[in-house]
Amino acid sequence: MSDLLLKVAGLNKSFFGVQVLRDVGLELRRGTVLGLVGENGSGKSTTMNILGGVLTKDSGRVELAGEEVQPASSRDALALGIAFIHQELSLFPNLSVEENIFLDHFPKRGAGIPFIDRRRLRDQASKALELVDLKVSPTTPVMRLPQGERQLIEIAKALTRQARLIIFDEPTTSLTARETERLFEIIGRLRAQGISVIYISHILQDVMRLSDDIAVLRDGEVVGAGRREDFTVERLVTLMVGRSIDRLFPEREPSQGPGGAALSVRGLSQPGVVRDVSFELRRGEVLGVSGLMGSGRSELARILFGLDPYSEGEVRVAGERLPPLKPRLAMDRGVAFLTEDRRGEGLMMEASIADNIVLPSLVERSRGFIRWLDPAGLDQAARDMAERVRVNARAIDTAAARTLSGGNQQKVVIAKWLLRAPSIFILDEPTRGIDVGAKYEVYKIINTMVAGGAAILFISSEIEELIGMADRIMVMGRGEIRGFFERASFDRETLMSAALWQ
Amino acid sequence: MNGLNSRALALIALRFAPLMLFVALCIVFGALSDRFLSLANFRNILAQSTHVAVMAIGMTFVLLVRGVDLSVGSVMYLVAVAMGLYLSGLPLALSIPAIVLIGAAFGAVNACFVTGLRIASFIVTLATLFIGRGFALYLSETKMVFQSDTVQTLGRSSFLAIPWAIWIAAAVACAAWVTLTQTPYGRQIYAVGADPDSAAKAGIRVQPIVFSVFCICGACAAIGALISVSQVGAAAATFGYQEEFPVIAAAVLGGTSLFGGRGGVFGSIFGAVLVQTTANGLVMLNADPYLYPLVNSLIIFIAAWVDGRRRLMTERIEQRKIRVEA
Repeated sequence: MSDLLLKVAGLNKSFFGVQVLRDVGLELRRGTVLGLVGENGSGKSTTMNILGGVLTKDSGRVELAGEEVQPASSRDALALGIAFIHQELSLFPNLSVEENIFLDHFPKRGAGIPFIDRRRLRDQASKALELVDLKVSPTTPVMRLPQGERQLIEIAKALTRQARLIIFDEPTTSLTARETERLFEIIGRLRAQGISVIYISHILQDVMRLSDDIAVLRDGEVVGAGRREDFTVERLVTLMVGRSIDRLFPEREPSQGPGGAALSVRGLSQPGVVRDVSFELRRGEVLGVSGLMGSGRSELARILFGLDPYSEGEVRVAGERLPPLKPRLAMDRGVAFLTEDRRGEGLMMEASIADNIVLPSLVERSRGFIRWLDPAGLDQAARDMAERVRVNARAIDTAAARTLSGGNQQKVVIAKWLLRAPSIFILDEPTRGIDVGAKYEVYKIINTMVAGGAAILFISSEIEELIGMADRIMVMGRGEIRGFFERASFDRETLMSAALWQ
Repeated sequence: MNGLNSRALALIALRFAPLMLFVALCIVFGALSDRFLSLANFRNILAQSTHVAVMAIGMTFVLLVRGVDLSVGSVMYLVAVAMGLYLSGLPLALSIPAIVLIGAAFGAVNACFVTGLRIASFIVTLATLFIGRGFALYLSETKMVFQSDTVQTLGRSSFLAIPWAIWIAAAVACAAWVTLTQTPYGRQIYAVGADPDSAAKAGIRVQPIVFSVFCICGACAAIGALISVSQVGAAAATFGYQEEFPVIAAAVLGGTSLFGGRGGVFGSIFGAVLVQTTANGLVMLNADPYLYPLVNSLIIFIAAWVDGRRRLMTERIEQRKIRVEA
């Protein structure tokens, strides 16, 4: 038996006449990790979906341990030993841990007897959980577990199916640093057991750290493949975007002495969420908000947009003191909010791109006392805006938001708020899960807004991003403000230690 | 932390809301009528609720996968007509399997449209509600259909001092409970209801499961028809008319969610008893018959409201897992 577990050669795939994969070839050795990187829409997911049985290929050859395979469903793929852990986990919160692990292969009380053997189920589930170091009772409903532990359950599930190949698609997007660390440790262990892993991520540092081999996809083609040692993060970026991005952040005219206060917050408190938060956001300024998960940064954003209540403090927009906030009131005062959960809260996935863009502006853009809709005007507005943020789609009036790549979805969310010409824009993780190229474009949009006099509250867990984009950075921890840093004194270490300091 | 606790408390309160409603109804009816709180009446309520209970159990399967079956009342009538007109000569050992098959076949028709053509079950079963009753009315020529003596005897006789209706309902309940909790198929039903896309990704055959639950629901409706028609002795043209309402209300009052993935057999039985208690209480009070639909709709409203609140709150609890780096 050769050392090679998976060999993909000459893989082609088209959707509606658009070729998305061109002659893709990959090789994966037993007990190694293959890092797969590429921009959104470069064909990573399509390739993996073919391996995982979600899609079928047009042509090409997939060999698993020397035999040609053609999984026609997730079920087939699993039977072949290919487990695909999707970004959005396929777990059922209403079932218990053990039921989730054995959902499609429950131990039965005997051949031909259709009843679940609960005792064996518990034993086997406990063993599987031990393999991934998860100390929870197998009978706990998944509903009660945090995201990181759910991921481990998916892995346990793959292990019980004797998976030879486990595919991880962006596994760390919803994990805390600690959970990520634990995941990496387990991936290392899988590797030691001879299980092969394909690891897809936009976080190139992670890919560099985990992988034995790396393959880079661009526009449906493999543009680089080889041993990890042959790559550097810079080279990966160059390969991914096809041009060298020597600057990850676009140049910005330093704010022409920021204007007056757009938003000022004094003594904002809500028990258990934020405490005594005071800051001022000026016109034409990007105020970065840094902090670990659970530091209260996203919670602060939700309060400012009126989604969650606050018990004390005052919020002034353009000097006017506002009554208790409601989203409608915040919007009327020119506040826009880009939520961190774009799938769940930011977009109507089944509606068209144009419908998504005009949604928050329907009332303002309707006419007359009866508020007639103005389809032609709305359509034009949506088109202009889609062009301005450079949404990459064939037909913005018919294509559903669901069909877009992550980066393009995010642009649509931004476009819909931009149409309201907000004076204060709260961005919560605007570049999470999107690729380098799309990030760059989001940054450019931010710069244009700021140049137009808007004030931006930029929340991010990527410190580099804040250092590259913000005029000032406010660090939060445990619901409190830990400090403000001016551009001149930006420094990774200082910011990190401010966030960590107890 | 406080917020979370009060939310958990509210969830528990919502969970027991139907039980509190039941107790409240018993107190009100008991205070207003001296006949209501008697053993004989209680037995009466139980016997009357059996057919709704059996049908609500079938409905639970469909609701669990996010579907709904509005055609159960028509299945009842169709089965009663078929039994009276064509199966009256057969012994029960043959006619019961035959009607269960008829019910399951009717469910299979619903399932074909739902899984094959991907039409929403609400629309499909709304159509088959009319088709089923229309077809049955054509067969019966809208005349009263009388049942054979064997069927009528079944409705009047008991085994170990317990009416056969209750034995049948208990058997259906046990089978359904075992299926839902002790078989892979049952657990997969819950998975499909929680998220059909994820279920497919997890390697579950979603469509066959959806297909089968409609068959189960149809079969249960047929058994419900047998119980009911054996108690009444004959099926008028309005037999089973609008029966889908108490059936769905019973399932939802029993904690089965209209949004799929949550619910169970015993809740549905309790729901059926609750629905029947209300009906019985109103009769005991000699209430204005025109009041019945109002009271029934109020109960359905409460059931749907409680279900909606519960879903909202479980979702919030799901969302608000505040990630704290420890």
